[in-house]
Amino acid sequence: MDGVAVTLSFWILAAVTLVAAAGVVLARNLLHAVLLLILSFVGIAGFFLLLSAEFLAMAQVIIYVGAVAVLVLFAILLTPHAGRDNGETRMAAPALLLSLCLLAVLCFVIQDTAWPLATGGGPGLSAADLGEALLTTWVLPFEVASVLLTAALVGAIMLARTPQDEAEDALA
Amino acid sequence: MSVGIDNFLIVGAILFCIGLFVALSKRNAIGVLMGVELMLNAVNLTLLTFSRFGAGPHAIAGQTFVTFVITVAAAEASVALALTVSVYRNRDTVDVDRINLLKS
Amino acid sequence: MAFFLATNNWYDFRDLSNISRVILEGAGNILPHGIVYVLAPLIGFVASFLIFVLPSQLYVGVLGERKIIGRIQSRYGPNRVGMFGVLQPIADAIKLLSKEALTPKGADKAVMWIAPVVFVMPAVMLFAVIPFGPRMIIADIPNSLLYFLALSSIPVLATFMSGWSHNNKYSLFGAIRIVAMTVSFEVPLVLALLGVVLFTQTASLQGIVGFQRTTHIWLIVLQPLAFALYFICVSAELNRTPTDIAEAESEIVAGYLTEYSGMKWGLFYGMDIGYALAAAAFASTVFLGGWSFFGLDHWVPPWLIIVAKTHAFYFLFIWTRGSLPRLRSDQLMVFCWKYLLPVALINLAIVATERMVWIQNDLSTNVVYVFAVVNLALAAAIVVAWARFVGYKPEDTPSQPRFVRDARGYVPVGDAAALVQPSGAPKGKGS
Repeated sequence: MDGVAVTLSFWILAAVTLVAAAGVVLARNLLHAVLLLILSFVGIAGFFLLLSAEFLAMAQVIIYVGAVAVLVLFAILLTPHAGRDNGETRMAAPALLLSLCLLAVLCFVIQDTAWPLATGGGPGLSAADLGEALLTTWVLPFEVASVLLTAALVGAIMLARTPQDEAEDALA
Repeated sequence: MSVGIDNFLIVGAILFCIGLFVALSKRNAIGVLMGVELMLNAVNLTLLTFSRFGAGPHAIAGQTFVTFVITVAAAEASVALALTVSVYRNRDTVDVDRINLLKS
Repeated sequence: MAFFLATNNWYDFRDLSNISRVILEGAGNILPHGIVYVLAPLIGFVASFLIFVLPSQLYVGVLGERKIIGRIQSRYGPNRVGMFGVLQPIADAIKLLSKEALTPKGADKAVMWIAPVVFVMPAVMLFAVIPFGPRMIIADIPNSLLYFLALSSIPVLATFMSGWSHNNKYSLFGAIRIVAMTVSFEVPLVLALLGVVLFTQTASLQGIVGFQRTTHIWLIVLQPLAFALYFICVSAELNRTPTDIAEAESEIVAGYLTEYSGMKWGLFYGMDIGYALAAAAFASTVFLGGWSFFGLDHWVPPWLIIVAKTHAFYFLFIWTRGSLPRLRSDQLMVFCWKYLLPVALINLAIVATERMVWIQNDLSTNVVYVFAVVNLALAAAIVVAWARFVGYKPEDTPSQPRFVRDARGYVPVGDAAALVQPSGAPKGKGS
């Protein structure tokens, strides 16, 4: 992908996303970590736009920023006496070592492999193509995903009930 | 001035490793969930990169896969947070070092 | 666009994109390559926001709203500053700029500073995709409707951040209530707009206006239930009465705005109006036909038409705010999940069936008139039928003053009866 605009936006998005992800590690306050996580989600949505997946970019913002982040904030709200600091466990040093080794391996693989690239700059896929694929070739995972979402919905409600809610429902 | 497949893949790899570090080392259970979400986002980025740049007749499969990953991640986040809240109500903590009843 | 009479001269004000095109071409010749990418959105921002929106925001949103609500409530609105209160918005702005910006002790300064910025962002960004004319659109992306839905998730975060960062219990209550309400009301909104996309086969706003122009029917007539759902859900997203539990002045001081003073509060208040205008412009485009008016847009500049429709829709917001009382938080949740969501699903089923009938029988586009009549009848029927099904009985809610016992209210018996006058009011010191 050539051009000043694409290159500039790629580097800006990369900087924002990676600095935000590093902030999730380094922030001292849990709420700041969640807000930086939201910023990295928005950066990833920007990457999706660069990769010509506009529908998925909007879906990413709606679902991740609009729903998952709100869920995380609600969970923090509903656990008031838990510590709000963002400290690390004793396993921080081995985890760091593992992450760095994995990063080294992945970077080596990326640099060294000759990826078979599409000629002519790749296909121009639209939301209509995605819809058609989801409802013709991939209809079975689509239906299973809807069952999964229903199960997660019911499960989350059942898990997060207080005993008072259960008593009220038992009486009704 | 151009951006190729390697650039996107390296950004995805770095994000994945940061997410892995967060998931393995945070003391707060919600922090662990944040790491898992970062890893899933990195995977989405990699999948879309291959869908956009890679050769092959099924470029749409990358976007389909990302749709399912986003769906499953949302479902998993809701169940994980409901579990965290439930554990908090019973143990009054979300510190993963202290939720160790099964430890011998 | 063959009938569009505007020419390509820069001075033809019927098509304002001529001016921006001339400026950008000139800039592309003079400046180094790439700066045009930065200049184009700036021109777009100046054109759409500063010319169309900011005067509307100040005069219709601040002054017009307060005067109209005042008249609805049998009083004058602001009429002290300037003749008929015309200088009131300017006086407000000067006052807010000169106030001291306090931050309470223990508040999170960084987050408190960022929350108004995040709140301003969606209102301004939405105007990038609204078509003001056949060529007057800043960004003609193929997914504008989804862009609107994505942007409507962001003020949720801004209000939560502001409520949390004040270190104040009232703010936190406001933040929790508003996040629960906003997230719930997004679901029927998405389903209603999904029904619209089924008919127009495109998610881009310019395409939706094109659909309404070519079939000579407005989507408000074709899908009245979707319009009603959109109106209710969007006024919930905007925290306007009757759903403004976020900033319920009589209940929780000022909710998530408690500790903001000066221009930060001014930004929230101004963008409340700005975001309402953006949602009104979006509704005018999707449901009311956008810049087209059955051929009037040959002579009248199309941007005037859409601005007029935006203000007409905004008047609907003002009207409901002046007339309806505020709903309680639990009433809102019940209303959303037990009433709006099933009605949205039923609407989607009906629209999908109609679309199937349209495609499979290969009918002409004039069948939309039949669908419009059918949908109007069905909308009225569903609204009444589902309300009955959920358990709303109009005979239980009195609309005239009655005795408490006739309205099945509390009637005390025994010793307590001696304490109560026949009208149900307690005797004693106050009366």
